[in-house]
Amino acid sequence: MEYLSIVFQEVYKILFLLVPVLVSVAMIVWLDRRVWAFVQKRQGPNVVGPFGLLQSLADALKYIFKEIIIPSSSNKIIFILAPIVTMTLALIAWAVIPFSATKVLADINVGILYLFAVSSLGVYGIIMGGWASNSKYPFLGAIRSAAQMVSYEVSIGVIIINVLLCVGSLNLNDIVIAQQNMWFVIPLFPMFVIFFISALAETNRPPFDLPEAEAELVAGYQTEYSGMMYAMFWLGEYANILLMCAMGAILFLGGWMSPIDVYPFTLVPGAIWLILKILLLFILFALVKAIVPRYRYDQLMRLGWKVFLPLSLTWVVLTASYLFYFNLLPVN
Amino acid sequence: MATDGRMFWRLILKLTISIDKMIVHAIFFYTFSIIAVVSAIMVTASKNTVHSVFFLILDFISISCLFIMIGAEFLGMIMLIVYVGAVAVLFLFVVMMLNVAQQKNQWFAGQATSKHIPVGLIISTLIFFEIIIVIGGWKYKPEIFDINNSLASTSVSNTHSLGQVLYTDYIHVFQISGMILLVAMVGAIVLTFRQRSGVKKQSYIKQISRERAEGVEVLEVQSNKGVKIDD
Repeated sequence: MEYLSIVFQEVYKILFLLVPVLVSVAMIVWLDRRVWAFVQKRQGPNVVGPFGLLQSLADALKYIFKEIIIPSSSNKIIFILAPIVTMTLALIAWAVIPFSATKVLADINVGILYLFAVSSLGVYGIIMGGWASNSKYPFLGAIRSAAQMVSYEVSIGVIIINVLLCVGSLNLNDIVIAQQNMWFVIPLFPMFVIFFISALAETNRPPFDLPEAEAELVAGYQTEYSGMMYAMFWLGEYANILLMCAMGAILFLGGWMSPIDVYPFTLVPGAIWLILKILLLFILFALVKAIVPRYRYDQLMRLGWKVFLPLSLTWVVLTASYLFYFNLLPVN
Repeated sequence: MATDGRMFWRLILKLTISIDKMIVHAIFFYTFSIIAVVSAIMVTASKNTVHSVFFLILDFISISCLFIMIGAEFLGMIMLIVYVGAVAVLFLFVVMMLNVAQQKNQWFAGQATSKHIPVGLIISTLIFFEIIIVIGGWKYKPEIFDINNSLASTSVSNTHSLGQVLYTDYIHVFQISGMILLVAMVGAIVLTFRQRSGVKKQSYIKQISRERAEGVEVLEVQSNKGVKIDD
């Protein structure tokens, strides 16, 4: 019985985390379309609800009532599993995100590695979906996307090493607390820029949305999906984008810490600051989508392997030697 | 009597809690290990090669769960990142690109496959004896393994203790293994790299540094004569 009550408490905590995440994913879709529209001098979704806020809800309702079509020549089990994998992986990563010094579902020692591992598993939803559809466009989209995500993961990993050198711990709360005096965005600004661009590539956002480039591949790996299964891919994608924004906020923008350590700002709870920082990064994501034209695929690969990887590796050496020379290496 | 009764119930409660925790631990352990063993069998037994790669991934994931359960969280996460996030993706790539999915994996069926059975048997008996030697050594000469146990301390985290050993006592072994991997990578590139002639390449510097003067030419076109554009 004692054990059951612990389980119920944990389930309550998980629901308290997941429901806001799902709601904010729906809201963020609306925000994305709205920002995109404003850049292009359009109105965007503004009909359903105040300012069109309920547009995503209406879309979700539409998807629920649409028929799910499973192609007869597809590999059915994997075809159905793929959106579930994408969605689950996008949601379980939120377990380690700290919303304040104490408000974190799982305060594990290897938090940043967990985040990195889960985001690198995200490839599988796409590969499975593309392969199981047994159709040319999804397959090409899946192959492109897998190559792209694996390449950009490498540079994200090296950037994480940069931050870890300054922190000396893999725990996400330790990473946030290490930025008490100065956010890492200031000393590691080039790394922040590279992280931001790699995050765009990692989540298949424009200008790197080649896996689903509608001009050449219909909708990439999602071509054969319909109804709720398509919506799950869609939700998983946006949850992943939010997650990358949260990762950027924690690694470089001080996580739940208030920007200045003075009286009225410290009253605001940490969760609000984290959400504001995530929103700031997300609006940047949305602006990039509206402003920048799509990359060519070979250019994308060149950028990942020949520009970002050497740059971030050099920066690791620089950071390490700087910290070593001035005896600033974190020792515990 | 009343206090005795309460003590008794408290004892029972404590017992149930401890048993509960142990049982839950056991349930998790057996779930993960059963998944690991079954998926390892399915890797060889499934007819579709892509399915066997997916079973391999499931195997990696359940093994990393087992690592995390014994407290080796760093190893478990690295297992996920390296094997599942990178190596298995390449596996899938190769299997999908070669289109091996179409060829059915005939398990112990054709004449061709039966040739490989002796080799497989030799390798598996070798691995079996290796495992027996390790487990036997653990059982009958535990002092050999005490050297390793003394390094693990509970005060520092898993990652710190690994780093402290890896970059001090075993730095040479670590560097040599890195060199071996580098040599393997260079070898693979040298073996597959072919300089082909007549391939059109795009130089991005040329593309970026193009100016209007060299790209655009404005001509006066006379009717019925046309224009000769540079050949």
